[in-house]
Amino acid sequence: MSYLKQLSIFAENKPGRLERVTNVLAEVGINILAISISSSPGGFGVIKFIVNEPERAFHLLKEKGFTVSLNPVLAIALEDRPGGLHNVAIIFSKHNINIENAHVLIPDSRERAYLIVEVEDIDRAFNILKKENIKFYE
Amino acid sequence: MFWNKEIETINKKRLKTLQIERLRKTIRKAFNVPFYRERFKSLGIRPEHINGPEDLKKLPFTTREHLRENYPYGMLAIPREKVIRLHTSSGTTGKPKAIFYSRRDIDISTELIARCFTMTETTKYDIFQNMMTYGLFTGALIMHYGAEKVGALVIPISAGNTERQIAYMKDFQTTVVHLTPSYALYMADVLTRLGIEPKRELYLKRAYVGAEPYSEETREKIEEFFSIDVYNSYGLSEMGGPGVAFECKEKNGMHIWEDCFLIEIIDPDTGEVLPEGSEGELIITTLAREAMPLIRYRTMDITSIITEKCPCGRTHRRIRRIKGRADDMFIVRGVNIFPQQIERVLMGVKGVGKNYQIILDQYDMMTVRVEIDREVFTGRIEDLVYLQKELTEKIRDEVFVKPNVELLEPGTLPATEGKAKRVIDRRTL
Repeated sequence: MSYLKQLSIFAENKPGRLERVTNVLAEVGINILAISISSSPGGFGVIKFIVNEPERAFHLLKEKGFTVSLNPVLAIALEDRPGGLHNVAIIFSKHNINIENAHVLIPDSRERAYLIVEVEDIDRAFNILKKENIKFYE
Repeated sequence: MFWNKEIETINKKRLKTLQIERLRKTIRKAFNVPFYRERFKSLGIRPEHINGPEDLKKLPFTTREHLRENYPYGMLAIPREKVIRLHTSSGTTGKPKAIFYSRRDIDISTELIARCFTMTETTKYDIFQNMMTYGLFTGALIMHYGAEKVGALVIPISAGNTERQIAYMKDFQTTVVHLTPSYALYMADVLTRLGIEPKRELYLKRAYVGAEPYSEETREKIEEFFSIDVYNSYGLSEMGGPGVAFECKEKNGMHIWEDCFLIEIIDPDTGEVLPEGSEGELIITTLAREAMPLIRYRTMDITSIITEKCPCGRTHRRIRRIKGRADDMFIVRGVNIFPQQIERVLMGVKGVGKNYQIILDQYDMMTVRVEIDREVFTGRIEDLVYLQKELTEKIRDEVFVKPNVELLEPGTLPATEGKAKRVIDRRTL
């Protein structure tokens, strides 16, 4: 697998919004692997999830009336040593790739961490990273 | 004090004679306008059929849609080269209303303001700070001319920049201001914050407050805070701007200058003329406008005529404070806005639904709440921030007031059935 699928859900910046989403996922036993929440000063935000069953979660949330999209993201394997993230950052910088959103995923095995990255041109970024011998979530 | 005592205290009989003479002239002028000529012709009306106010009923109403349909030059009754001024005001569907003035029209509007100023004791000894927006809206310029006419020192500072307004009021010892009620309340708030006591540190004596409807309570609030007299005024650019009707020192209804305007009150739903004293929509026929005479113009403003004599001695009847609108127009910072204008912007922007709500809060904060379009959601917050910015700018370009735009989850706003409640006005003016 080269890309992971990430759920993005629009949410007004109000208490209880996250709970409404997690409730839907919990009810049907979908497991959340990673989450990030970004909010804008404009009074709204986007909640992002990596889950074990992205397609199912996507359709379920849509059915329930949520404003949701499913987008491919890069899941870059980070080496568990000092400078692990730095190596990846160097490549992004060298090739002028802008990170639009990023958060970290740690799978059950806990062997290593993955950097979940959204970029504008995902295929280009993937090919560049691959050439630099970067590993991805399998 | 009177500016033109003869006219202002004219007896009923002479006023009627004057009105008949001017009405006949106006009807003849209206026949120069193809729009009126064709309409009257199709109804079999000739100028000689209209011989007094009681004949008005034979004539159809003129609406703002008619002005829009005849945009830009279609309503002109005199040759273009005799027109010296254009003013516009917003319309429901993008095209503004074009209002033209001849030199005489401007002179008459100026004279009416001079009457208004003099009856409320503004004279050459006054310093008049004009806080209305100068430009396409008539409010600022016509008041400016009237103030100059009575010889007051005019400070054409325009709206906004509150700290400078306050500094000028202090430095130049301003005695009279002209502003909207919402701006007066905002200014009171700023003065309080700055710890400035109007009574001790300012020289204000009175304020002309208009361009938006407001209540008696708001008048009292402004009067008390600034320790001044507040006078209500009524005008619309179609009728030559401000000064159509103005309060005298009695502060009990606004004298409408009946030598220049013929008034009727109608039921806005049926168009039926209501007896004097009833509440309804104000209909105005111009008696002195040259460039653009208007016959039975529907102002959409709801009021009633006060029939009792005014102790001030003026014989021109008074109308009560405007109670509301017969349409869904609302006014923010002195600017007329129709919900349809906001709607049109939303229709033209990808990423938002058709459902929306406009919330008006104290100090004229306008918030436009709109649901995002589920199908167009990309998942990127950057796109939403951009969308919000785009909407803010496009709405501002359309209505000249910068809104707060709130993006909502779909289904948040009440579903619209029939005439939805689009505008929620939380202002207490």
